[in-house]
Amino acid sequence: MAKATNSLPRTIAAHAILLLYTVIALAPVVVIVINSFKSRNAIFRTPLAPPTAETFDLIGYQTVLGQGDFLLYFQNSFIVTVGSLFLVLLFGAMAAFALAEYRFKGNTLMGLYLALGIMIPIRLGTVAILQLMVASGLVNTLTALILVYTAQGLPLCIFILSEFMKQVSDDLKDAGRIDGLSEYRIFFRLVLPLVRPAMATVAVFTMIPIWNDLWFPLILAPSESTKTITLGAQLFIGQYVTNWNAVLAALSLAILPVLILYVIFSRQLIRGITSGAVK
Amino acid sequence: MATVSLKKLVKRYDNLEIVHGIDLDVADREFIALVGPSGCGKSTTLRMIAGLEDISDGAIEIGGRTVNDLPPRARNISMVFQSYALYPHMTVRENMGFSLKIANEPKAEIERRVNEAAAILDLNHLLERRPSQLSGGQRQRVAMGRAIVRQPDVFLFDEPLSNLDAKLRTQMRTEIKKLHAKVQSTVIYVTHDQVEAMTLADRIVIMRDGHIEQVGTPDEVFRRPATRFVAGFIGSPPMNLQEATVDDGKLRFANGSSLPLPRQFQPNVAAGQKVVFGLRPDDLYPTGHGINSGDDADVHGAELPVSITEPLGNETLVFAEFDGHDWVSRMLNPKPLKTGDRIGMSFDLSQAHLFSAETGRTLRG
Repeated sequence: MAKATNSLPRTIAAHAILLLYTVIALAPVVVIVINSFKSRNAIFRTPLAPPTAETFDLIGYQTVLGQGDFLLYFQNSFIVTVGSLFLVLLFGAMAAFALAEYRFKGNTLMGLYLALGIMIPIRLGTVAILQLMVASGLVNTLTALILVYTAQGLPLCIFILSEFMKQVSDDLKDAGRIDGLSEYRIFFRLVLPLVRPAMATVAVFTMIPIWNDLWFPLILAPSESTKTITLGAQLFIGQYVTNWNAVLAALSLAILPVLILYVIFSRQLIRGITSGAVK
Repeated sequence: MATVSLKKLVKRYDNLEIVHGIDLDVADREFIALVGPSGCGKSTTLRMIAGLEDISDGAIEIGGRTVNDLPPRARNISMVFQSYALYPHMTVRENMGFSLKIANEPKAEIERRVNEAAAILDLNHLLERRPSQLSGGQRQRVAMGRAIVRQPDVFLFDEPLSNLDAKLRTQMRTEIKKLHAKVQSTVIYVTHDQVEAMTLADRIVIMRDGHIEQVGTPDEVFRRPATRFVAGFIGSPPMNLQEATVDDGKLRFANGSSLPLPRQFQPNVAAGQKVVFGLRPDDLYPTGHGINSGDDADVHGAELPVSITEPLGNETLVFAEFDGHDWVSRMLNPKPLKTGDRIGMSFDLSQAHLFSAETGRTLRG
């Protein structure tokens, strides 16, 4: 590998660019979080100032936690995200393994077909999906959301994981076969642990759009008992009056779970990379 | 422990036939080496024995039982791969005990067998490490340890030493030989390195283009190669091979030079027959610097110009020009030579080989 040059101006330039990017990326989040702790007047008067003793106000959080079933919304979002993530990773990894490991007629075509979903946005099929859900009685259930998100996440997952699985050495799988492993055990005991970093990457890519999605919850599951957090937060955005305190507080709270999941996966990612050095 | 038989074994990929109906019987506790250039089908044959490749035609028997349709785990074999193929996410101990764990052996038994294998291979102090923390030679030993703990009927080795440097390879070669002496099981060993095959094997199978060229002990394949290919493949530096025509008790070469027709071949050739003459570097030596293995009457002398020398310390390889080609000879007790020097060379024709130019088969009676 080429050695990074250590000249001072280059280092400063690189850090300046990275810092700028960090500021741009974090600014909206920071603004949301600091304003969620301020009174309504303070939000409009000095939107960029951090809360002071006079402007500090938890009214937003009180509204969010007091009004509506916010804990339920959280729970719904969590169930949908984790459920979809589990199914995407399980089925995606299995399909990727089959595509990477076995030579069968139509292997390439099957791979292309499964990757097609990356290029065609699933939202184009919203009407058909809604009809399908109505026909199968799944409207206003979390199952509907989990199914749709699983379908949405699978193509990218299969595409990325099959590339990684092709890199797992054939000898290793053959050694497993000689050691008496069934194909299922080769998949679960040998291949999955070795592609863990890729799994973590896919998990992060899959999770965030699901957590943030407003479209499908609004269309497929808008009932009170199945609202997700993003949908729930809309409660405070009215046509004429918007309860900014509550909106900002809800958004701040919504960041937390996804942040926790991200930390878990990124730790896996790092551990995966270091144990990947084993070869 | 078991015998292995290949019966008219064929491997085809679509319409391309890779292995053309080979027959081979491996005795119990025998060390067999499959050797040949890359693409000769030796690895494919090994993988068919292991059950990692389907058999297109023919049969494989292990211990008298036909195993054609059995998965690898039901064949009671173990295999050592060129890339070691250690499980990177497991410690050495877990790697070695994995097959037993899968087979639901009791913990104490796994522990006992892993420790036993570790003791044989001197791996005791490495058991808690991961493959990434081991050197190439150590990884190779772990791979062998993993094979031993299963106590298989047959050990299969697929070019196990190819990834090691030259020094380590020599060392591991000795270890494999010791290991075979200790565990006393049938071994089928694939390699492209004829030195490995010669030093390790009880019998060598030389393969080429999906056929078996010759099966024999190292001594047989070296002294009595059945074909021109075997003659050129076994031995280092390789045998000198040149086409010649039989002419009135002489071998006449393309550019007019000639040698007496070796006595042992006289009854087997006819005048005008095209042959390939072969002489090992050991049997072509600067006069006084080699060993005559036969009758003095069979030694033919000629004065030849030296084209190049390769000093190796204890001996020197001398390339001398004869009939327009460089012939390599081995000079014992070497003395300094320069390019262009003319030296007296001895052709020990009692050790010469003749092959049919047409079929490549030996003309030995």
